[in-house]
Amino acid sequence: MKLAEVQKVLQSEIICGSEYFENEVVTACGADLMSDVLVFSKERTLLLTGLTNIQVIRTAEVGDLAAIVFVRGKRPGVEVIQMARLKGIPLMVTELSMYEACGLVYSSGVKGCSRQGDDQ
Amino acid sequence: MNPAQGINLDFPLKGADFETAGEASSKIKRVLQQIGVPSDIIRRIAISSYEAEMNVIIHAYRGSVRADIFPDRTELRVEDEGPGIADIDLAMQEGYSTAPDHIREMGFGAGMGLPNIARCSDEFDIQSVVGEGTKIHIVIRHK
Repeated sequence: MKLAEVQKVLQSEIICGSEYFENEVVTACGADLMSDVLVFSKERTLLLTGLTNIQVIRTAEVGDLAAIVFVRGKRPGVEVIQMARLKGIPLMVTELSMYEACGLVYSSGVKGCSRQGDDQ
Repeated sequence: MNPAQGINLDFPLKGADFETAGEASSKIKRVLQQIGVPSDIIRRIAISSYEAEMNVIIHAYRGSVRADIFPDRTELRVEDEGPGIADIDLAMQEGYSTAPDHIREMGFGAGMGLPNIARCSDEFDIQSVVGEGTKIHIVIRHK
C-alpha cells in the first residue's frame, strides 16, 4: 500500500516528506515503546505512535521505517520535524485514536510485524 | 579501506544527553551505507549500536561507542562509566529494567535493549563492574 493511500485512509495531514508518499508500506506497527519497535519492526514498516519526541525519529532512522503517523492529533515540536526532514522520514498526523488508526490501516491490507508473521 | 585496519569511528557519549542520543549510530549507519554493506545487515548494526548508545545515555555518567568496520564484519565497543549491572543474567531477560519512569515515558526502558542487541549480533559479550561501569563488545558479520 502506498503512503498516499495510508494518508487517505487515516484522513491524516502531511507534516513533512510529501515527496515520499508514492513509497510502499508493507507492514505497520502501533507502539509507544520504541524498544518494542526496534525489536519487532521490519524495513519499510509504518509506525503509528502517540509519542512525539526526538527518539521516535531516531528509531525510525535506525530501523529504516517507512513513515510515522502521530495519532490523537498530537503534533511534534519544530526540532523533531526538522530532524525528520533532515533524515528523510515522512511524518503525518491523524485525529484518530491509536486503536482506530491501527484498525483502519490493518483493514486496508497492511500486515502487522509480529514475530509469528515471519512464517506467514 | 585498509582491510586489516578497517574504518575506525569513535564517539563520546554523555549521560542524560537525550538530544544527541542516537547521533553516533546514525553516523555509523551512513558510513556502512557508503561502503555498500547490505541494508538488512546495516539495520542490525544500527539497532545494536542505538540500543547500546541509549543504555549509556539512560544509565551511565559518560561513555563511548567505537565502531571498527572491516570488509567482512563490524565490531562495536560500547563502554561506560556508570553504576554497572549487578546481575547480568537478569538484565538479559526481556522485560527486566531498572530505568526510571521518565525514561519509560520517552519510549525506552522496557527491558528490551540488551536482549535485542544479543538478538541482532553474531557475537555478543558484556562485562560489568558494579560502581565502575559496563563494557559491551558486539560483532556483526557482513555475510
